[in-house]
Amino acid sequence: MNIQAYVVLSAILFTIGCVGVLTRRNAIVVFMCVELMLNASNLALVAFAKQHGNLDGQIAAFFVMVVAAAEVVVGLAIIMTIFRTRRSASVDDASLLKY
Amino acid sequence: MVAFWILAPIMVIAALGILFVRKAVHAAMLLAVVMISLAVLYLVLEAPFLFAVQIIVYTGAILMLFLFVLMLVGVDASDSVVETIRGQRALAIAGGVALGAVLVVGLGQISLGTAVGLDDANAEGNIQALADILFSRYVFAFETTSALLITAAVGAMVLAHRERLTPKARQAELAAQRIRDYSESGKHPGPLPTPGVYARHNAVDTPALLPDGTAAPSSVSRVLTARGTIRSAPATADAIEEIEKQIGWSPHAGGAPSAPASTTEEAPATGGEHE
Repeated sequence: MNIQAYVVLSAILFTIGCVGVLTRRNAIVVFMCVELMLNASNLALVAFAKQHGNLDGQIAAFFVMVVAAAEVVVGLAIIMTIFRTRRSASVDDASLLKY
Repeated sequence: MVAFWILAPIMVIAALGILFVRKAVHAAMLLAVVMISLAVLYLVLEAPFLFAVQIIVYTGAILMLFLFVLMLVGVDASDSVVETIRGQRALAIAGGVALGAVLVVGLGQISLGTAVGLDDANAEGNIQALADILFSRYVFAFETTSALLITAAVGAMVLAHRERLTPKARQAELAAQRIRDYSESGKHPGPLPTPGVYARHNAVDTPALLPDGTAAPSSVSRVLTARGTIRSAPATADAIEEIEKQIGWSPHAGGAPSAPASTTEEAPATGGEHE
């Protein structure tokens, strides 16, 4: 059994997430695309764990999931705070530092 | 490999859908499709523990958190299409396609050989083997994770907390304010009117009718008015007249003068007057 197809799928999903972060304007959708990239890297880690026959890749994927959970909690709280003060969840509206 | 070739196109299509759908809720649903398919792929890759964690933590907890925040922020907060930086979208798509091409072509060049497989590593069971590594070699990272989780929980609490700046209004003050409003602006001090109750519609989206046949705007929630999902009572009444014509019966045509007939009569009667 060859894991090459899994790694290619992981690369495609990562690219889609990357493009999503760059093109979407809604902060929550941008966040979802970040999650998609994390999931894609997890798939590569689990696939390589099978390739090498040890479980370190699965442990790494597990830690990525923990960090993703913490990141989502703080990130969504920041989005909520910005929405409460500026009444908008668009990433273009939070540009006060520019002027 | 069968599961992979079934799930991989679904995942890619769902992930592409995240880029193109207008509503954030649809994007969340498509992300759920990707995550559940990914969980099945973990099962194929001999990672049953990660399969469970993916379903419970990612699909169950993280995605639900996304949906909570979407509901708080407003479901109809859709994307703006205005570009703040000129040409950014085209450049991003070009860069993304280039990155994807480099990754896929580069991965096509190498040959990974046959996978060793996890039969040896999973001999005592996947969860036991994972616990063995987690609590020996990675125990320091595991302990650090607890600090990270506590920091994240405290951070979210601090960010979501809002200090009350004015004392909360008591019931006596609220009542006094209501009477003051009535004396100053004539605002009705009692409760708002209930939505209309008709023979065919008694939902909260149907406004009550005033004595002159017009709809009472204060009888329906202003959120529903803003969304534009208010039913018009006269329009409903027109449909009743249509049905009466179809079945060839009218309450005005001197049918049985019983009580139920006169109650169904009310809605069409006001509708007719309105026109």
